Amino acid sequence: MSEPAATLLGRLGGWFSPAASAAIAAAEDAALRSDRFRLEREGEWKRLEAIVERIERGRLRGISDEDLLALPALYRTAVSSLAVARETSLDAETLAWLEGLTRRAWFIVYGPRAGLGDWLLRFFGGGWGASVRALGSDLLIALALMVAGTVAGWLLVASDPDWYYALMPGGMTDARVPGASRAVLMGTLFGQQNQTGLGIFAAALFSNNAQVSILAFALGFAFGLPSALLLIHNTTMLGALLWLYHGQGLTIEIIGWLSVHGTTELYAILLAGASGLHIGRAMAFPGEASVLDAASAAGRRTAQVMVGVVLMLIVAGLLEGFARQLINNTAGRLIVGTFMLVFWTGYFFIWRGNAKTETRV
Amino acid sequence: MARRQPASRQRTVITPEGVALPFVLATRGARAAALLLDLAMIGTAMVVTTMTLLWIAGGVGIGGHEVDVGAPKARAVQALVVIWIIAMFLFRNAWFLFFELGPRGATPGKRILGIRIAARGTERLTTEAVIARNIVRDIELFMPAVFIGGAFAAGSDVDLAGWAAAIWFLLFALFPFFNRDALRCGDVIAGTWVVEASRVRLGEALSVSVPEAQQAFRFTPAELAVYGEFELQTLERVLRDGRGPALGDVADAISRKIGRPFPADAERAFLEAYYLQLRGHLEQGLRLGRRKADKYAA
Repeated sequence: MSEPAATLLGRLGGWFSPAASAAIAAAEDAALRSDRFRLEREGEWKRLEAIVERIERGRLRGISDEDLLALPALYRTAVSSLAVARETSLDAETLAWLEGLTRRAWFIVYGPRAGLGDWLLRFFGGGWGASVRALGSDLLIALALMVAGTVAGWLLVASDPDWYYALMPGGMTDARVPGASRAVLMGTLFGQQNQTGLGIFAAALFSNNAQVSILAFALGFAFGLPSALLLIHNTTMLGALLWLYHGQGLTIEIIGWLSVHGTTELYAILLAGASGLHIGRAMAFPGEASVLDAASAAGRRTAQVMVGVVLMLIVAGLLEGFARQLINNTAGRLIVGTFMLVFWTGYFFIWRGNAKTETRV
Repeated sequence: MARRQPASRQRTVITPEGVALPFVLATRGARAAALLLDLAMIGTAMVVTTMTLLWIAGGVGIGGHEVDVGAPKARAVQALVVIWIIAMFLFRNAWFLFFELGPRGATPGKRILGIRIAARGTERLTTEAVIARNIVRDIELFMPAVFIGGAFAAGSDVDLAGWAAAIWFLLFALFPFFNRDALRCGDVIAGTWVVEASRVRLGEALSVSVPEAQQAFRFTPAELAVYGEFELQTLERVLRDGRGPALGDVADAISRKIGRPFPADAERAFLEAYYLQLRGHLEQGLRLGRRKADKYAA
C-alpha cells in the first residue's frame, strides 16, 4: 500500500499545498478502496469546485490563468472520476456530490461560449447577415405577403373608401382621411421641422415597432399563420395610405415621406415575419427531425435575426423621428431611403464578413 | 442528503464525454415563483428609475406643466423622457437576457429558487437560445397588458380586450402543464428547459473517521449478505445525519436481522463497523460485476 501512495505523492506533490498531502496521508488510513479512490482525487475535485464557484459568482478576474487553463482538464478528471466511482463506489453522498460538481462544471465548460459583448462582435461581423440568408425562401414568402397586403389595401380602399377607416388605427386618421384636400395632405408631409419632441417621438415609435415585430416573430410557433396575417394586416395600411395620397397626385411625395424610415422599418418587419414563417414552417414540416427539435433549431437560427430586427427598428425610429422631419424635400428623402435599402441589402446578402463566422451559423 | 425526486422529473443527459448526468426538472411552482420574484424586482427597478429621473428633472427645475418650446429646459426634459423610454424597454427585455447569459444561467428570481436554465439534450446552451426563449416570453407575458392598454388608448371595448387578454394569458400559462418536460412556448422555440441547480456539501469519507483496526465488530460474509445497496445507502444517510433514537432503532433492526447482539451505548460503533464492512463486501462484488440492489435481490 505504501508504494502506490508514494508514486501518488510524487504525482500530486507538485500540484498541491500541504493540505493536499494531508489528504493523501488520510487516504492511506482509509479502510475502503473506494474511499481511498475518493481521497486521492479529492484535491482536484475541490480545486475544480473552487474555480466553478468563482466563475458562478462572476468573479472571473479573481481566477488565475493557471486555474482557467486547468478548468477543462479538471472537468474531464471529474467526469472520469464520476464514471469510475459509479462502477466501484457505493458512497451515495460522494456520488451525489460528484454528480452535482460535474453538472455545474458542465454548465461552465459547455455554457454559452460568448458573453453579450463577444457575441455582438461576431454578430456584426457577419453572423447577422448569415442568419438572414439562412431564412432562405421564407424571405421571399414574407415579401410576397407584404406586396399582396399592400395591393389588397389599395384595392379595398379604391373599391370602397369606407375601408380606409376600418384599416387605419384611430390615431392615424387625424387629417389623413379620404376626401382631404391636397393642401392638407401636403401639410402632413412637409413643414414639420420646427416640431419639438422629435426624440421622444422616435423613442416611442421604436418601442412600438419593436413590439410589433417581436409579435410577428413569436407568433411563428402557431405554424406561422399569425405571422402571415400580421404581415398582411400591416401592409394593407400602407396600401390604403398610398391610395389616399395617390388620389391627390402626391404619390412620389408619400413614397419619399415613407421611404426615409420605411425602407428600414419595412425591411425589419419583413425579416421578423420571415423569421416567424421560418419557425412555423419548421414546425409544420419538420422533415427528419422531431417537431421539438425542428422548432428549437429554427428558433435559435432566427433569434439572431430578431436581435438585428430590434436594432434596425432603432435606426428606423431615429430616421422617422429626426431625418424625416428635418429633410423637407422629396428628393432628399428618397435618397436617404434608397441608401438605407441598398445598405441593408448589401450588408445582408453581399458582404459575407469573415469566413469563420460563416461556418458557425 | 438530497431528497429523492419523483421519477417524472428526472432526466438524464449524456455529456460529450459519454457520461450520463442526472438532472431534475424544476417544478412549475418554483418557476412561477421565480417569475413573480423577477417581475417584482423589475417593477421595483422601473419605479426606482422613474423616481430618480423625476428627481433629476425636479433638480434641473422643471415641473411637468410649464414647457417652453425650444428652451434648454425643454430639451433636458426631452432627453430624460428618451432615457426613460429606453430604460423601460431594457428592463422589460434585457433583464432576463442579461442574467440568463451569465455563468449561473439564472435570473435573480431563479437563483433564489435554486433553478436555472439549460439546453435540452446534449447540446450546449447558446446565446441564441437564451435570446429566443426571452423574445417569446415577451409575447407570453406582456401581450395581455398590451391588449388592455391598446383598448384603453383606442377607446374601444375594454371588457372584450380584458377577456381576450385573460384567454391569451391562460393559453400560455397552462402550456407547461400539457407537456412532459414542463416547457413553456419559449422553451420549445429555444430548445431549453429549466432544471434544479442543487448544491450538495461533501461530507467526510466514512471509512477515514473509523479506521478498520479500531473496529470492535467483525461480521461474517453470511451476516453481510443480508442487505443490498439500497439498505447500505439508507444506513449511510442514518450515519451521516442521524443521531439519537434513529441510530438505536436501526442498530436494533440490524442486530435482530443478523442475529448478533451489541453492547449498550455502542450503537454507533456497531453501525459504523457494519456499514464499512457491508460496503466493502458490496463494492468487492461490484468490482467483480455482481450488484445486489436491495435485500430482496439474489
